[in-house]
Amino acid sequence: MSLGLFFFLAVLAALSALGVIAQRNPVHCLLALAVNLLDIGVMFVGLGAVTVGFLQIIIYVGAIMVLFLFVIWLLNLQAEGFSGYLGLKLFGAIGAAALAAEFATLFLHTSRISTPGASALTQGTITTLGRHLFSDYLVAFEITSLLLLAAVVGAIGLARRPPLSAGLSAAAGSDLATAESPRQMSRSMSVSAEQQTTTPRAGSA
Amino acid sequence: MTPISYFLVLSALLFAIGVLGVLIRRNVIVMLMSIELMLNAVNLAFIALGRQVGSIDGQVIVFFVITVAAAEAAVGLGIVIAVFRNRATVNADELNLLRW
Amino acid sequence: MLIELVIGAIKAIVIVLLVLGLSGVLLWFERKGAALIQDRIGANRAAVFGWGRRLGLPNLGLVNTLLADPLKLFTKEDFVPDGADHFLHGLAPFLALFPILIAFAVVPVGDTLRVAQRNVNLQAAHVDVAALYLLAVIGIGVYGLALGGWASNNRWSLLGGIRASAQMISYELALGLAFLAVVVTYGTLDLQEICRLQGGVWFGWLPRWGILVQPVSFLLLLTAGMAESKRVPFDVPEAESELVAGYFTEYSGGKQAVFMITDFAEVVLVAVLVTLFFFGGWQVPWLYADGFHFPGPHGVFLPLPNYVVAILQIVAFWLKTVFFCCFQILVRWTLPRFRYDQLMQFGWKGLLPVGVLNLILTAFVVVIAGAHY
Repeated sequence: MSLGLFFFLAVLAALSALGVIAQRNPVHCLLALAVNLLDIGVMFVGLGAVTVGFLQIIIYVGAIMVLFLFVIWLLNLQAEGFSGYLGLKLFGAIGAAALAAEFATLFLHTSRISTPGASALTQGTITTLGRHLFSDYLVAFEITSLLLLAAVVGAIGLARRPPLSAGLSAAAGSDLATAESPRQMSRSMSVSAEQQTTTPRAGSA
Repeated sequence: MTPISYFLVLSALLFAIGVLGVLIRRNVIVMLMSIELMLNAVNLAFIALGRQVGSIDGQVIVFFVITVAAAEAAVGLGIVIAVFRNRATVNADELNLLRW
Repeated sequence: MLIELVIGAIKAIVIVLLVLGLSGVLLWFERKGAALIQDRIGANRAAVFGWGRRLGLPNLGLVNTLLADPLKLFTKEDFVPDGADHFLHGLAPFLALFPILIAFAVVPVGDTLRVAQRNVNLQAAHVDVAALYLLAVIGIGVYGLALGGWASNNRWSLLGGIRASAQMISYELALGLAFLAVVVTYGTLDLQEICRLQGGVWFGWLPRWGILVQPVSFLLLLTAGMAESKRVPFDVPEAESELVAGYFTEYSGGKQAVFMITDFAEVVLVAVLVTLFFFGGWQVPWLYADGFHFPGPHGVFLPLPNYVVAILQIVAFWLKTVFFCCFQILVRWTLPRFRYDQLMQFGWKGLLPVGVLNLILTAFVVVIAGAHY
């Protein structure tokens, strides 16, 4: 990958990553994340990992991000107001900056540690990847399928609406009723952001 | 050609931004997104280093990371929906039932 | 180096213009086709002062409609509803159109053309993993519709956007499985290579087109593709009796035109995919690189120069594509719409298991046969 292309992609990646954490509306955050993932996928392709790059775009951008979008819509999340705890934000910023600085200093020395290897451009093809995946990593690959099955079952079990006849307490019942209103997808803009996010709820299941 | 360390520095930057997101944002869904950001930064480091040492193992691991991320997102969002159903909030500060 | 760039630019521009032009023609064809099926005259109000008729010419409905439709749409007010997300509302139509257009970059419209001692591959971009690329860009296409629905600040739009994205995600699986079966059969993800492998004949006369190898996959791809492009009978995202116009309810003028063009570009994309995977792509029956080899007891051979072969291939490719575009429009005016739950059940309980079984069967046959195609 040429240096110019790298800097273009790197700046885009950094900006979109900042967009994820700095924007108030969750949908805008999600879009920034989708741009970021797409950008990294292109970077993978540029680094010779063609198959993985496209898989990243198909799975991350095409599926996982849409799942996030659905959940944001399902919960009817509006733009957030500013919430307190400035101390935590300050601490977080300092900590993250320190982390970035530490990693960066560490990584800047890697080019001196390891010599540039013979990087064949064919190594990212689907044939090579498949051969490794189904020989050296066969067990891990099969276990992955189990993991996905468990995740599917777990996600359905968690997100499934519990049957109302299951003897829920009255409080939980009323909570269920309130939680049902976002299902109508009513995006009433009159509801202020503060009301959405900071109304304390005395929910006790 | 771009030196490999540039990719690693970018990866470090993205990881730090992800950490920052988890620390400063209180919306659970945005926190999950920041976690995806961190996973991605690690993926970038894997691919870059795998190319550096001329090995395909980096790509295979990224493949697995993507799969695990998919599973993580599904379960994580399922938990968010279940929590929202009971508490009608996704603000991490208000989910304090287990706090002493 | 420069000449390569110029050739690449020409190929890219030509294919984009072709697709956009074909989409415009399909818009007219759909209106006329609907009129034909519903026994009425159809789009006939766009005659310019009746000039054509006064001069005794036939009604040039095609030309008039092609000119009048965009003219009308692009001179209308570009309306953004109150409380809408202005940026995303403006971005969404292009976010929908762009992935569909770049999908055509990997479509081979012909084999190799020799121009001035230079072999030109008649494909805008040669990508080894073109099938993956297609799945990736089709996956990105969800965002335009979903965000267009969300940004409009309208419940019908939002419902339409949600339905559109849920439907596209669901049917993408069936689409991917149809792709995979073909890929396993031919042993390559390269579309040009898949087309080349469909050359030649069986039994001395039967063209080796993919439909004969993968009929189930063909039905899957056509069905899932029509669902991807949100056509009747899968048009619940824009079901006018329920949602006004679905995700583009709040769009007008040029932006709505872009959404319409996207719809028809998707129709073209599905037709192109069906053609490529199952009807030989640019293959003409019995046409080889050096000319026609007609079957028969006497085996007539008709030698042809390279450029004639290339032109025949391009024409054959687009003829097949237009045929499948017309087929989709015919289906549109023939079948009633699914209900939403029926649509989801059909995708998840119908197409998906069939696709998986087909893939497993294909894999078994490929393993037993010992080699690829």
